Amino acid sequence: MRLTGERELGFVLYELLDVEALCARERFQEHGRETFDAALETARQIAGDLFAPCNRAADEDEPRIENGRIVTLPAYQAALDAFFEAGFGAAHVDAELGGLQMPWTVAQACFSQFLMANVAATSYPMLTIGAANMLAAFGTEAQKADHLEAMYAGRTYGTMALTEPQAGSSLADIRTRAEPTGEGDYRIKGTKIFISGGEHELSGNIVHMVLARLPDAPPGVKGISMFLVPRYRPDGEGRPVIDNDVALAGLIHKMGWRGTVSTMLNFGEKGECRGTLVGAANRGLAHMFHMMNEARIGVAMCATMLGAAGYNASLDYARERPQGRPAGAKDPTSAPVPIVAHADVRRMLLAQKSYVEGAFALGLACARLVDEQATAADETARREAGLLLEILTPVMKAWSSDWCLEANRLAIQIHGGYGYTREYPVEQHYRDNRLNPIHEGTNGIQAIDLLGRKAVMQDGAALALLRREIMRTVEAGRGSTALADYAEALAKALDRLDRVTATLAAHMAEDAEAGLANASVYLAMTGHTVIAWIWLRQALAAERGLAAGDVGVSEEDGGARDFYEGKLASCRYFFRWELPATVTQAALLESRDDTCLAVRPEQL
Amino acid sequence: MKILVPVKRVVDYNVKIRVKADGTGVETQNVKMSMNPFDEIAVEQAIRLKEAGLAEEIIAVSLGVTQSQETIRTALAMGADRGILVETDEALEPLGVAKCLQKIAEKEGPGLILMGKQAIDDDANQTPQMLSALLGWAQATYVSKLEIADGKAKVKREIDGGLENLEIALPAVLSVDLRLNEPRYASLPNIMKAKKKPIDTMSPADLGVDVSPRLVTLKVTEPPKRAGGVKVESVAELVDKLRNEAKVI
Ligand SMILES: Cc1cc2nc3c(=O)[nH]c(=O)nc-3n(C[C@H](O)[C@H](O)[C@H](O)COP(=O)(O)OP(=O)(O)OC[C@H]3O[C@@H](n4cnc5c(N)ncnc54)[C@H](O)[C@@H]3O)c2cc1C
Ligand SMILES: Cc1cc2nc3c(=O)[nH]c(=O)nc-3n(C[C@H](O)[C@H](O)[C@H](O)COP(=O)(O)OP(=O)(O)OC[C@H]3O[C@@H](n4cnc5c(N)ncnc54)[C@H](O)[C@@H]3O)c2cc1C
Repeated sequence: MRLTGERELGFVLYELLDVEALCARERFQEHGRETFDAALETARQIAGDLFAPCNRAADEDEPRIENGRIVTLPAYQAALDAFFEAGFGAAHVDAELGGLQMPWTVAQACFSQFLMANVAATSYPMLTIGAANMLAAFGTEAQKADHLEAMYAGRTYGTMALTEPQAGSSLADIRTRAEPTGEGDYRIKGTKIFISGGEHELSGNIVHMVLARLPDAPPGVKGISMFLVPRYRPDGEGRPVIDNDVALAGLIHKMGWRGTVSTMLNFGEKGECRGTLVGAANRGLAHMFHMMNEARIGVAMCATMLGAAGYNASLDYARERPQGRPAGAKDPTSAPVPIVAHADVRRMLLAQKSYVEGAFALGLACARLVDEQATAADETARREAGLLLEILTPVMKAWSSDWCLEANRLAIQIHGGYGYTREYPVEQHYRDNRLNPIHEGTNGIQAIDLLGRKAVMQDGAALALLRREIMRTVEAGRGSTALADYAEALAKALDRLDRVTATLAAHMAEDAEAGLANASVYLAMTGHTVIAWIWLRQALAAERGLAAGDVGVSEEDGGARDFYEGKLASCRYFFRWELPATVTQAALLESRDDTCLAVRPEQL
Repeated sequence: MKILVPVKRVVDYNVKIRVKADGTGVETQNVKMSMNPFDEIAVEQAIRLKEAGLAEEIIAVSLGVTQSQETIRTALAMGADRGILVETDEALEPLGVAKCLQKIAEKEGPGLILMGKQAIDDDANQTPQMLSALLGWAQATYVSKLEIADGKAKVKREIDGGLENLEIALPAVLSVDLRLNEPRYASLPNIMKAKKKPIDTMSPADLGVDVSPRLVTLKVTEPPKRAGGVKVESVAELVDKLRNEAKVI
């Protein structure tokens, strides 16, 4: 399969986000463009050689239980072992833990290539790295010593065990219990559902990050704690061989993403399941949310790379499939043209390009903020990066998963009837991508998070900061003859967003339920505004690239001029075809429309 | 024992080659370049010999433009110990390359020179043979299996009729074939280590070699496009066409 072009990776990393500037910081001083490019190259090789070939196979042959054990494709083991052996599990990690201290931005760029090749296989390291990072942030010294290195090296995999049958979106309702044993650890009892990577033989051990309640915990989200529960716990000599009573209660059979095993787990059926507390008692959800930014950016990247895979496939297809003649062509015996020659097909390609490359640039820009938050020299810069991430995370998670799914729909459409068959990859992209608006907090929950918390937090400080950043780009855009109109359009969209936010904030203060009722429209509107901003930034970078000269001739592929002009065309598409939607959205929201709130269930 | 591994920077094997409009060569502007895949196999074999305790040092050598350094870095990131870049903008030909490698080999004194059997750009398949003649060392080409013991190399060669087993004395020049091994990926820790490994840079003149081209390229063209086929109605018709039109049976 075709992975992200090096041109695109280079453009976003170096021309848009200037990641090389990070190498001036102490943490990254061993790095340079040379090591970044070499790492990306290895990622692309392993993704192409080992991850891509088993993507379809795992979809057709999903994990199953044989003799009480989960069987996954042998090719999965080989791919994942290569991933960890090459050091990708520890790319961002401290040197003393065996890591490479690579910027998170570059690690994510490497990761994106695995996601694109095989999202389901890549979920195992994604969960493992996420769980390990949580342990690194909140774990005790003993927990870290026992597990961290093994997780980053891929000998132990991790999971996130939050969801229960009666508690999905509403984690306040979880029932899994943790009783102190008097020996410093806890006896865990409860049922978790949908746990990805909950059981398998791909790694020597598995550690579950389990949300549970202590006996005296207050009700609701303030009474949830996090526990580390290994599949095998250590014997007297520290060897992880004792079965820790985490029982596989069943497998979940999914529409897509089938290579990742989805499990229902019973903790402590025999009363023998032990776990240790991670972080502070009753602070489990807060700790989890600390990680959630990272996980949600991860989900957005999954969605984006599936969108990118579909875009590539449909672009290749459109260049090859001859069908029809230009409207107005009179001679029925003339040769048919490739469908890319039809404006309507180009519309579908340009739409995909604008969603996918917009989401990709936003994803890496957010990763860049993660680096900024962790390593910027001055405290204000670190705090501001954190605040921007707070507000951008729900937008990115929901927008990218909604619109890159739409991209996959268009990729199928371009394939005509063939896109609907299993002989082409695009139907799997769609099925796989359909998960992303659902997990890690449904997009409905993201919208409530954005409007109910992030947009109004600290008297709107996060939104004000976002406005400042966007206005910087607007100012730059005003200085460009070709882009000045877009800059004005963006400034207007930003004003609309401010007005709507003020209206809704007032409404929420009067009546929370009514004020939040249309949150998803608010998120859609914010998303389109943010992506328009990202596109204007890309267009400005493209103008710089064109002005720098030496862009070579216009050529089918590899032509630098076409690359930059393609960026300008996508920017134009987004401003002309997409951003105007925010006008209607704003009108609806400002009218305090109550159509959906008012309709009674009996009327549906 | 030292092992010398020449590595060539070529257009990546995934790239669709395009002939320049003026017919003077193929397009290399804005085109992805990588290590010649056969050379990767040579590097891999050298690393395996070192891991087996049969070699102490692996030197990766590249000849060509400044960017050939990146190819050397790739070899270093796989596990080679140091690099030598013979920098030149000249269009290199096998004889010039072999002469430079001869000088380097005389200076470094490797026990083994492992090279790709050919480079995927010009497919010349000449440099190893010329180098062995210039050095007066034994050679074995198209090696698909290699064992080193007692100052000798036992090799299997892929030849038209099958496999040929040879035993040759070291020092020797071996050119390697596809089936010898599966090259490893450059791991992130090794990429970091490679940054610190030294690369010596010199020019052909420093080696006392004149690499100016001996050949003149008249014209480079695309291979002729394949004409569309025809559908035959029956096996009999197929056999008839093969016999009387194509004259292949
Ligand atoms: C393939 C897959 C993998 C998963 N992996 C994991 C995992 O590894 N670990 C883990 O813990 N969980 C995992 N999950 C669970 C996932 O996070 C939940 O499915 C998700 O949080 C939604 O919960 P639910 O399915 O119970 O839906 P519900 O919460 O029942 O939601 C149903 C619908 O109601 C809406 N809704 C619910 N509450 C509200 C509200 N208050 N206001 C407005 N709308 C609301 C939702 O937006 C949604 O549209 C996975 C799920 C899937 C499908
Ligand atoms: C499940 C299934 C059942 C079917 N059942 C039947 C059946 O019973 N009988 C039957 O006869 N057929 C059937 N079909 C075929 C179906 O009608 C065709 O797939 C459909 O007409 C599209 O043709 P195509 O697949 O060749 O796509 P193409 O014609 O190649 O179209 C590919 C893309 O190019 C676009 N495009 C093509 N030409 C132009 C143009 N001139 N201008 C702009 N855009 C253009 C299309 O809109 C599409 O997006 C079935 C298909 C499926 C998937």
